[in-house]
Amino acid sequence: MIKLTNLDYSIDGKIILDSINLEFCKGETFVILGPSGCGKSTLLRLIIGLIKPSGGTIEIDGINTINYTVKDWRQIRQKMGMVFQSAALFDSLTIFDNVAFGLRRSGLNEAAITERVYQTLNLVGLPEDIATKMPADLSGGMKKRTAIARAVALEPPILLYDEPTTGLDPIIADTINELIKDLQLKLKITSIVVTHDIISALQIANRVGLLYQGKLVEIVDRNELSQAKHPLLKQFLHNYQLAI
Amino acid sequence: MFTVCKTITDRTLTKIGRLTNDLLAGVGKVCNLFLQSCSAIINNTIFWKNTIDQMDAVGVKSLPIVLIISTFTGMVFSLQIAKVFATFGLSSQLGQGLTLAFARELAPVLTGVVVAGRVGSSIAAEIGSMKVTEQIDALETLSTSPIDYLVAPRILAGSLMMPILVIFADIVGILGGFLVAVSYAKIPPNNFIDGILTFIKPWDFIGGIIKSFFFGMVIAGIGTYKGLATENGAVGVGKATTQAVVVSIIIIFILNYFMSMFLYQL
Repeated sequence: MIKLTNLDYSIDGKIILDSINLEFCKGETFVILGPSGCGKSTLLRLIIGLIKPSGGTIEIDGINTINYTVKDWRQIRQKMGMVFQSAALFDSLTIFDNVAFGLRRSGLNEAAITERVYQTLNLVGLPEDIATKMPADLSGGMKKRTAIARAVALEPPILLYDEPTTGLDPIIADTINELIKDLQLKLKITSIVVTHDIISALQIANRVGLLYQGKLVEIVDRNELSQAKHPLLKQFLHNYQLAI
Repeated sequence: MFTVCKTITDRTLTKIGRLTNDLLAGVGKVCNLFLQSCSAIINNTIFWKNTIDQMDAVGVKSLPIVLIISTFTGMVFSLQIAKVFATFGLSSQLGQGLTLAFARELAPVLTGVVVAGRVGSSIAAEIGSMKVTEQIDALETLSTSPIDYLVAPRILAGSLMMPILVIFADIVGILGGFLVAVSYAKIPPNNFIDGILTFIKPWDFIGGIIKSFFFGMVIAGIGTYKGLATENGAVGVGKATTQAVVVSIIIIFILNYFMSMFLYQL
């Protein structure tokens, strides 16, 4: 699906990501865990082609994207959706138009778009009467759900989540985590989630990768997390145990 | 002493060099936006619905303020000049002077300044806040070009609506001047109108309209460029908005001088 080989990223000589090697399996939820500022969001932006790597390769479905033009990326992004940390809903458009945005670009007719929008709102647990509202009228949790709806409306096989539970209270965060799990089960989507929230990671992950100071220092299966070696990952787990 | 002077000179030169570099980079990026927008229009990838919305925002919504400012500018022009012209027996020249000033310079420049303040600032603020809230990135992830969706509609709307606003500004400005000349300075209406019909050529108006086309392009181009270059949250949005207005107005005045020289063979 997606394979990162020796991926580097630096700005003005400052190394942000250093030689990342990682392969995501089809249908899994891979959580990239790490402290703030360690390059997690940058990694997602590289995967979806919003920024160019300084070195290394990104292969999507076996094709190296390193020499992709802006046009090529727009083509390949039809296979991917992204949920931004701030939800990034278009605030001049209604919720309906936000969810329908990608669908309108795909050439579907208006009746099919309407049907798909309401189906997707349903899927993410939003009531239909929300469709006419503006993003400013929604709560943080509803905005995140709408952002997820917008990303999954096109039914992409890969979905990237940037800190999906940040800024939400624990109950809403829990429902978002359930939603991510649910979407993976229902739509068989490959999810790549970056977060610093260990509770979220434990709830949704099949595998967890620890990103620390720009390096991917450990990858473990969800079930083998208790055998994690890196002190930072142990610290994350310790904090989780204290929290419960 | 010599070392201190050398350090100051070095720093000044470095600053000048950096400013020049930034200025040239900015000019290059704005030109690139224009070219990409032209390509979006030619290839019909531009979002036409957004273009119509922007034509409403740039043209229709700016019309009242343009009408008010132009009317009162025409009126005050007559108020200041009419009596002087009458004293020297040049009252028949007032219509010509006012119309020439309005058609060639006042209408395009005043309208440009008004639109830069009203529309240029709102373009930079809207796109700037979209940038800092990741909405521009979201557009990209939905396989949509920000040029087709945001930039080209604004540049096209600015270029098309500015000339229309200038036509209205010409009409109401000259009419306002006419009313004051006739009612306050007691200049016979025929003298005023004869002055216009005898000395004013269509090119005087056309030149002003051509200038306004480019002013519209500059206002929208700089507004979108400043918006897309926004960084650092709300502070950055405020900075981009101010810069968009200031830079647009400066460029309008400079461009106006050179275009007047070229269009009117001065």
